[in-house]
Amino acid sequence: MEAHIREKQLRLKTRLMILIMVLAGPLGIALLAKGMKHIGPTSVTSLPDALHLLGQILGSPTIWLGIAGQLAFFVAYSLALSWADYSYVQPASSVAYVVVAILGIVMLHESVSPLRWLGIGVICLGVVVVGRTHPNTTGTP
Amino acid sequence: MLHFIGFFLIVVSGTAGELCIGRAMKEVGEVHDFRPRALLRVAGRVMRIKWLWIGIFLMAIGFFALLGVLSVENVSFVAPVTALSYVVGGLGGTFFLGERLNRPRWAGILLVCLGVALVILGKH
Repeated sequence: MEAHIREKQLRLKTRLMILIMVLAGPLGIALLAKGMKHIGPTSVTSLPDALHLLGQILGSPTIWLGIAGQLAFFVAYSLALSWADYSYVQPASSVAYVVVAILGIVMLHESVSPLRWLGIGVICLGVVVVGRTHPNTTGTP
Repeated sequence: MLHFIGFFLIVVSGTAGELCIGRAMKEVGEVHDFRPRALLRVAGRVMRIKWLWIGIFLMAIGFFALLGVLSVENVSFVAPVTALSYVVGGLGGTFFLGERLNRPRWAGILLVCLGVALVILGKH
């Protein structure tokens, strides 16, 4: 009975962290893309070029917001990894690809072909298959 | 060629970094207490583990490669392609963290790879 409750708690808190990951991560990467599109294609051939580009990156509020989103993702991810398998958490978080595609359309006016949607759907199917396995296979708590 | 190097760095360096952080977090153990002070204590403990810093360094390389690729490619293309890290992650989880990948989990990872292939084919 106690093991059953513990299993339930493990799944619940793992799913909560994955929820944070699939919302904050995509928003972060979409903001990074928006910031980098604003800067334009990068061409670094010398140290001054690299420093100039770094200045542009660090001076962009959009990129900082993107970094904040990625940081939120990173914290949730690290916490989840303290109790669940890497090979469970990483694939389960791939639902984020659907969210990224939606944000790409809404925020960056990208077009997503039917084949790309199919690919994203297959990725999600993979996520479902992975999600049905036990989160921890190493026996460590 | 530059795109290939960019994706390679995102996938390999980024995933290797995540594996190192996974190893650091496994050394810390499961987090039970989510109060801010307890989380700060966990952060203090994890910062003393070398794998965390190696992981952060590798992830930083992957991050700047990601910024470079995002400046020229659509995010709805870049993000799914980086799912190739599932292969690297699956192998790394097995050999580096001692995780056991059973058949259903491998099947899931392979489906993810198939999805990525379709995303690449659907680019044009």
